[in-house]
Amino acid sequence: MKRVYVNEEWCLGCHLCEYWCVFSASKETHFPFAFDGGAKPPAGIRVEDYKGINFAVNCRHCEDPLCLKGCISGALSRDESGAVCVDKTKCVGCHTCIAMCPYGAIVSGGDNMPIKKCQLCASRDHVPQCVAHCPNNAIVFEEE
Amino acid sequence: MIDYIQPDYEVVRNKDLCIKCKVCVRQCANEVHQYDEKRDVLYADNSKCVNCHRCVTLCPAKALKIVKTDHCFKPSANYTTEIIKDIYRQADTGGVLLSSMGTPKDYPVYWDKMLINASQVTNPSIDPLREPMEIKTFLGRKPETVKYREDGSIEVEKFPNLELKTPIMFSAMSYGSISKNAHLSLARAAEQLGIFYNTGEGGLHEDLYKYSLNTIVQVASGRFGVHEDYLNAGQAIEIKIGQGAKPGIGGHLPGKKIGPEVSRTRMIPMGTDAISPAPHHDIYSIEDLRQLVFSLKEATNYKKPIIVKIAAVHNIAAIASGIARSGADIIAIDGIRGGTGAAPSRIRDNVGMPIELALAAVDTRLRDEGIRNNVGLVVAGSIRSSADVVKAIALGADAVYIGTPALLALGCHLCRSCHAGKCNWGIATQNPELVRRLNPDIGYKRLVNLVNAWSHEIMEMMGGMGINSIEALRGNRLMLRGIGLSEKELEILGIKHAGE
Ligand code: SF4
Ligand code: SF4
Ligand code: SF4
Ligand code: SF4
Repeated sequence: MKRVYVNEEWCLGCHLCEYWCVFSASKETHFPFAFDGGAKPPAGIRVEDYKGINFAVNCRHCEDPLCLKGCISGALSRDESGAVCVDKTKCVGCHTCIAMCPYGAIVSGGDNMPIKKCQLCASRDHVPQCVAHCPNNAIVFEEE
Repeated sequence: MIDYIQPDYEVVRNKDLCIKCKVCVRQCANEVHQYDEKRDVLYADNSKCVNCHRCVTLCPAKALKIVKTDHCFKPSANYTTEIIKDIYRQADTGGVLLSSMGTPKDYPVYWDKMLINASQVTNPSIDPLREPMEIKTFLGRKPETVKYREDGSIEVEKFPNLELKTPIMFSAMSYGSISKNAHLSLARAAEQLGIFYNTGEGGLHEDLYKYSLNTIVQVASGRFGVHEDYLNAGQAIEIKIGQGAKPGIGGHLPGKKIGPEVSRTRMIPMGTDAISPAPHHDIYSIEDLRQLVFSLKEATNYKKPIIVKIAAVHNIAAIASGIARSGADIIAIDGIRGGTGAAPSRIRDNVGMPIELALAAVDTRLRDEGIRNNVGLVVAGSIRSSADVVKAIALGADAVYIGTPALLALGCHLCRSCHAGKCNWGIATQNPELVRRLNPDIGYKRLVNLVNAWSHEIMEMMGGMGINSIEALRGNRLMLRGIGLSEKELEILGIKHAGE
């Protein structure tokens, strides 16, 4: 399946991918409306900055996803593209998946609230917005 | 000390749109944008802004624009804002004013005062999509005569020539003045396009030897990075005598741009200023030039054409005639509007002449003297579009060099601050954090797109004239007409006025 891969050599640490991720999840059509004037923490992708090295980390949509195995309410499943997605109506916010994921790719939505994670922009025609707006090809969406 | 100089530009942030993502703060290497944590506000120090548009382009909310300040002096057509500020600047520092890229001064652009012909009724135009159209160009000395052997076969003396798929090359920009990623983008694009890029005078980074088939290596007065392998790494060797943006003076790459890799490539110690002397200290006459031309030929087994690059100056026709007799295979001429990584402002803005006049004068002179076939003629110094290329070829050039358009394709926004070494687009800088901003995978494709687009347009224009080979356009000045030019200008350009 196609996944988001990083080319850390080209990552600028600009964090644009994070903001496009927030926008994507917001379902808004006008970019600034997703933020209402202030930045919001991203759910699907996170840029690590360490001593001049930057790279973006996001869900690997693992072959054998531990999050999915651990989920107590059946809220996690794979969609037709292979992306591991969350059904917000089923998620009870127990955070088991957060503890299970070896990549730290799942973000809490608050106590007893549905978790947030990368769903490969299923709601945006499966065009990952982080990749589409990365200025330097530092993340790509391709087959392994 | 009082600072007399107020900012030229102002950063305007639309607070309704800004999402406080701080991308602008992270991306401006000039540290214009600041974020105050306590007050949760973004603010800008306009005095540091060079108007490079990096923040504007990357702002995801499209919340930014840079405007020219309307803060003003009392208007004067004589003591303009620029003149007043330059005087303040020099009174502050006591130094020579430096600037970069091509002169912004309002000298006539003759390309825009020439019109191209097209066929109507009496001669057919050609559709380049349906009929063959040849823009392949050979650069170098051409044989004068063809001999028939007894058996009827022909014998021609062959000279080393460069073969270009389209009459456009990337002009010399040294590694040091531009980044390795910029060089890599140029080299890869040249390879894909079947043309050449030029190393400039900074030597050749070891990672770029693999693009040898599309490389021109330059030898300039500083002789940086010149050794046998380097000379043999290119398909042609260019002796740089002068550059359009700074005729008569050498170059100066500040020590802070000489990091480990540039130092190794240039073969000079780290952190030392790289100073190219104004003249080549072994060239004081055409005879001396001839010696260098032939030493380089000797070093490369007479297999490579030698280019001599000069700036367009008053006596250009006579100088070119001398070069054409020196054994050089190609003359490259660079006009006053040509770019540079750093030049004294007064020289850039006042010395030299427009390339159009120089080209016409040189081509006419070489033809009159019957030595035009001795050399290929390449022109540079603000070739901005395919129309400029067509006009240059019709005036007599074999090919053109493009520098500024190539950098624009790579993201340059012509902020003309290259000499500061903090190029926000990763082009004119050696700071690894900034160099990383230019990914050659993206850069080379943009260059290929640009040159391909121009090539298509060149073919369209040739087709319109009913010409199907670039050879038939070369020096075909009947295809050009002047518009709004004086008798003298028309005479020098060797063209008629529109309507004639
Ligand atoms: S948008 Fe691209 S370059 Fe910027 S931080 Fe994300 S991955 Fe890195
Ligand atoms: S959330 Fe973690 S465990 Fe689940 S698919 Fe993504 S990377 Fe794998
Ligand atoms: S990049 Fe644009 S949206 Fe982000 S903080 Fe700067 S002005 Fe605001
Ligand atoms: S210098 Fe460039 S990036 Fe910095 S504020 Fe000015 S335009 Fe924006």
